[in-house]
Amino acid sequence: MPAVTETIETVQAVTDSTYKWGFETDIEMEFAPKGLSEDIVRFISAKKEEPAWLLEWRLRAFAAWQKMEEPRWPAVKYPPIDYQDAYYYAAPKQKVGPKSLDEVDPELLRTYEKLGIPLREQAILAGVEGAGETPADSRMPIAVDAVFDSVSVATTFKDRLEKDGIIFCPISEAVKTHPELVQKYLGSVVPQGDNFFAALNSAVFTDGSFVYIPKGVRCPMELSTYFRINAKSTGQFERTLIIADAGSHVSYLEGCTAPMRDENQLHAAVVELVAMDDATIKYSTVQNWYPGDAEGKGGIYNFVTKRGACRGARSKISWTQVETGSAITWKYPSCILQGEDSVGEFYSVAITNNYQQADTGTKMFHIGPRTKSTIISKGISAGHGQNTYRGLVRIGAKATGARNFTQCDSLLIGDLCGAHTVPYIENRCMSAKVEHEATTSRIAEDQLFYCRQRGLSQEDAVGLIVNGFCREVLKELPMEFAVEAQKLLQISLEGSVG
Amino acid sequence: MTAAPQPGAAGFLARYQGLKDHLPGARLPWLAALRDDAAAHVAARGFPTRRVEAWKYTDLSPVAQAGFAEPLTAVAGVLTLPKPRCAARAVFVDGRFRADLSALDGLAYRAASVAQHLNALEGVLGALVPLAEHPMTALNTLMFEDGLFLDVPAGVDAGHLELLSIAVDPGRPFAFHPRHVIRLGAGAKLTLLETAIGGSAQYLHNPAFEIDLAEGAVLTHGRAQQEGEGAFHLSMIHARIAAEARYDTMAVSAGARLTRMEIHAALTGPKASCHMNSAQLAAGRAVVDTTTALDHAAPDCASRQTCKTVLAGQARGVFQGKILVRREAQKTDGYQMNQALLLSEEAEMDSKPQLEIYADDVKCSHGATIGALDADSLFYLRSRGVPADQARSMLVQAFLHEAFEGLEDDVLREALTAAVDGWWVRHGTAS
Amino acid sequence: MLEIKGLTAEVDGKPILKGIDLVVPQGEVHAIMGPNGSGKSTLSYVLSGRDGYEVTGGSALLHGQDLLAMEPEERAAAGVFLAFQYPVELPGVGNATFLRTALNAIRRAKGESELDAMQFLKLARERMKALSMNDEMLKRGVNVGFSGGEKKRNEILQMALLQPKLAILDETDSGLDIDALKIVADGVNAMRGPNFSALVITHYQRLLDYIVPDRVHVLMGGRIVRSGGPELAKELEAQGYGAIQAAA
Repeated sequence: MPAVTETIETVQAVTDSTYKWGFETDIEMEFAPKGLSEDIVRFISAKKEEPAWLLEWRLRAFAAWQKMEEPRWPAVKYPPIDYQDAYYYAAPKQKVGPKSLDEVDPELLRTYEKLGIPLREQAILAGVEGAGETPADSRMPIAVDAVFDSVSVATTFKDRLEKDGIIFCPISEAVKTHPELVQKYLGSVVPQGDNFFAALNSAVFTDGSFVYIPKGVRCPMELSTYFRINAKSTGQFERTLIIADAGSHVSYLEGCTAPMRDENQLHAAVVELVAMDDATIKYSTVQNWYPGDAEGKGGIYNFVTKRGACRGARSKISWTQVETGSAITWKYPSCILQGEDSVGEFYSVAITNNYQQADTGTKMFHIGPRTKSTIISKGISAGHGQNTYRGLVRIGAKATGARNFTQCDSLLIGDLCGAHTVPYIENRCMSAKVEHEATTSRIAEDQLFYCRQRGLSQEDAVGLIVNGFCREVLKELPMEFAVEAQKLLQISLEGSVG
Repeated sequence: MTAAPQPGAAGFLARYQGLKDHLPGARLPWLAALRDDAAAHVAARGFPTRRVEAWKYTDLSPVAQAGFAEPLTAVAGVLTLPKPRCAARAVFVDGRFRADLSALDGLAYRAASVAQHLNALEGVLGALVPLAEHPMTALNTLMFEDGLFLDVPAGVDAGHLELLSIAVDPGRPFAFHPRHVIRLGAGAKLTLLETAIGGSAQYLHNPAFEIDLAEGAVLTHGRAQQEGEGAFHLSMIHARIAAEARYDTMAVSAGARLTRMEIHAALTGPKASCHMNSAQLAAGRAVVDTTTALDHAAPDCASRQTCKTVLAGQARGVFQGKILVRREAQKTDGYQMNQALLLSEEAEMDSKPQLEIYADDVKCSHGATIGALDADSLFYLRSRGVPADQARSMLVQAFLHEAFEGLEDDVLREALTAAVDGWWVRHGTAS
Repeated sequence: MLEIKGLTAEVDGKPILKGIDLVVPQGEVHAIMGPNGSGKSTLSYVLSGRDGYEVTGGSALLHGQDLLAMEPEERAAAGVFLAFQYPVELPGVGNATFLRTALNAIRRAKGESELDAMQFLKLARERMKALSMNDEMLKRGVNVGFSGGEKKRNEILQMALLQPKLAILDETDSGLDIDALKIVADGVNAMRGPNFSALVITHYQRLLDYIVPDRVHVLMGGRIVRSGGPELAKELEAQGYGAIQAAA
């Protein structure tokens, strides 16, 4: 089909220029010796000046990791990872924990500028205290924790948030300033032995965000962390812990980019969320790691364990994700619905183009009565991409009156890609109701022609139709992200339709 | 022959070594080679455990541990058979063909014993089955003694045929593995009613079907599984459906202590189609499992599947349905629906509908629901004067009715409805 | 004006248009009538630039611009509007969003300023009022769940918003009742003027009672076999296509 050949050629021409975040930042870095061993674990812990209990915790995880076998999902193919052939600590050379933004290396801030972090954040990061607090267009400010390679570089609005009792800081800092909280909750949702990558992360994590929202407090602004992998041959192992105490509410945004490289880099993060009675945590991710070039070389391996525990009654955890980057995505943000009447939600758009592979989905564990879960997954496959939705809905014997609704839709662009759905539905409770639906469709020739006849270019037409397909998910994103996400969708699919 | 039976695959392999020279076709090199090959697979894989993805939800250890023997001598004499539903009937007792009990005269096609026609089956038997992927078929290949050989010539409308399998208790746990080979020539037609019944003994019935439909052929296959309550029924169908041919199967699983009805169907030419409907019913501690894989390997093919599961007591239901649409299978129209009704607190349903799609101009969807009888509907019926038990019965029947949609054949409909009714009478009021 | 000379075209290697010569002067409405299979839809797709329709000879110029050399969206920017016989559905794409995006794309191409959401809504409401349409339609997905009549009205609404120079109505009347037909006809007639030309492609004469054409052409076997004034349509209705065929 000539249309397909044209597509392939266009994609090849466009791909290199498409990923505009692919530049490197020239900055002084400090590295641990290459490789992974107990000594490296100690090195990391020492660099971060951690208390003994945390070092012990890491070492236990490392010992567990050494005994585990790397999982192999049949749907995702990648060459073996040599865990010894990477650096597990790479940090910009500056004082750990800048006291003010003036102390941040200006080169670093220029990086964030180039990354196109929303202008408001950029202005805030560039540094005047109070900048953005009363924004001209009266939108809420966003507090940002900027993480460059493994180290948190700056966190804005900390003081403002502290007035409400909200703790938002790098986890390396929380370990020192609020050790009792960290000790109580770290590893309580994702135990060290949970899986291979979680164990690895538990041993070598270097930083990430820590959030604690006190009872009854509604966090006044969105909290955001921006991850950037810059150094070569490093893995990124951030660890995030968010605790929402009874009656509290928080919305958290995670965004990520990385430079274009030939090699593959590993991103094995762990995110733990805990929601108490009547608390709500909304966790949104727009992920645009480098996906590899059009031939499938290079790109980030994104193997992430994300889990939320709805511990309290009537608690709610929502995961919303737009995944457009990374060579391989392997993540199943999950909810453990323990508290009665608790609610878990999962809204996802995952795109695979060129040679990307995604095996992603969610796991909803219904334990308490009248728990409810909603899963809306939109997968888009183009090029040679392989996109798999893998989900688990497990209703326990005591989850009387539980409800699940799942909708998985796949959109295929071209006939060289694949879209797969593997849902596991396990119901042990008679009074629970589970409903699952999956459909497959494509962008039809006549839909494209209709749009073009009305004056839209091919690209705009694809963007419009794809956004329409993903609409139910996109409307769950906080506004700031929604616009970015829509543009990202369009860019990720540039040239995919002939 | 007097040693105590050994459990698991090792037991079957040992029995095979002992029986090998007496099995049908022992002197046919091709069949001996096929069986030896199967033995290698059985030795390598054994009985699949729950760590094997395809057996994740169904535990075969009761089968592995049972220690079966083969029925060594055919059960002779007259048995009381259920009334025939079709004029033409092939009867198998403990997996062996019984000409005296069958009615196969004057047919326009061949319906005979596999064991007596092995020469005609060289290159046919075993052709459709990749043994490496199917452990129970490997076991069947190893141990089969007989089966139904059906060969309908091109253009022949063969009408109805009943295939009846009876298990007769020889006084100890026993196993039989009939191998059925069904071929329809271009444009041929056949309606087959397959019934499996047995006594209360513990037995393993492990039938394997190789079905080959040539262009334009139509096979309508009704299946009433009403094995004894201590039985294990593990059936496997491998079907190849050519261009414009059609394979419609409607199954009711209402007996046995553990059932797995597995179908692997490939649509190999344009406009081939396959409808797989089933109703699986389980109570007490029974396990029912419907596992299917539909391979769209050609363009313009259509597939439909509806599976209804009803579970009472502490029963367990499993549905695994995979639809594979290959890159060349553009304009595929595939639809799958799987619904389960839990009638008791301790029942459990596990469902895994799966789509693997490599073509873009396709219409493919699946749906799954699991739940209990709708309280509002129950109340509505009762408020109109219908007693609670009858109301439940009506709703369950209505639920199962959809699995029989499109079943126009009266013979099949009567047989399958009777199977469902029989189960409901025995188990419907318990919960 | 639209000038078509010796246009031939194939679909799947099969010749459908076998030499079309047609001139539609600016400001005029011409009707194209013909039996099924005569090439009516093919003509409309060839003029609007749909994939799968291969031009094998001839030319088509709109105000001197070579239409056949342009991409579909370029033709739209040049003022071509095709009212589809079977308008497609775009699930999840809001009607208002779609219309505003299309309008702005065309305005951009013409060097005009784009409309923001408020401006667009104002304009849309004006046009809808003139067409007796409920603005509920703006909130729904493009054509999703629309009845046949609603889909056609949506096409006319789009035309009223995009203000084309050449509207091609591909069997717009198929499946419409009288009331819907009148709305469509009113919409087209409201656009008539010195800068607007239209090709009304229809199988039946009925629509032409409401949209009275300046000229009528009969398309048969891929060629225009006869042309005449509006009374030609009535003649066709009375005598059928067979008579024309015999005379041609």
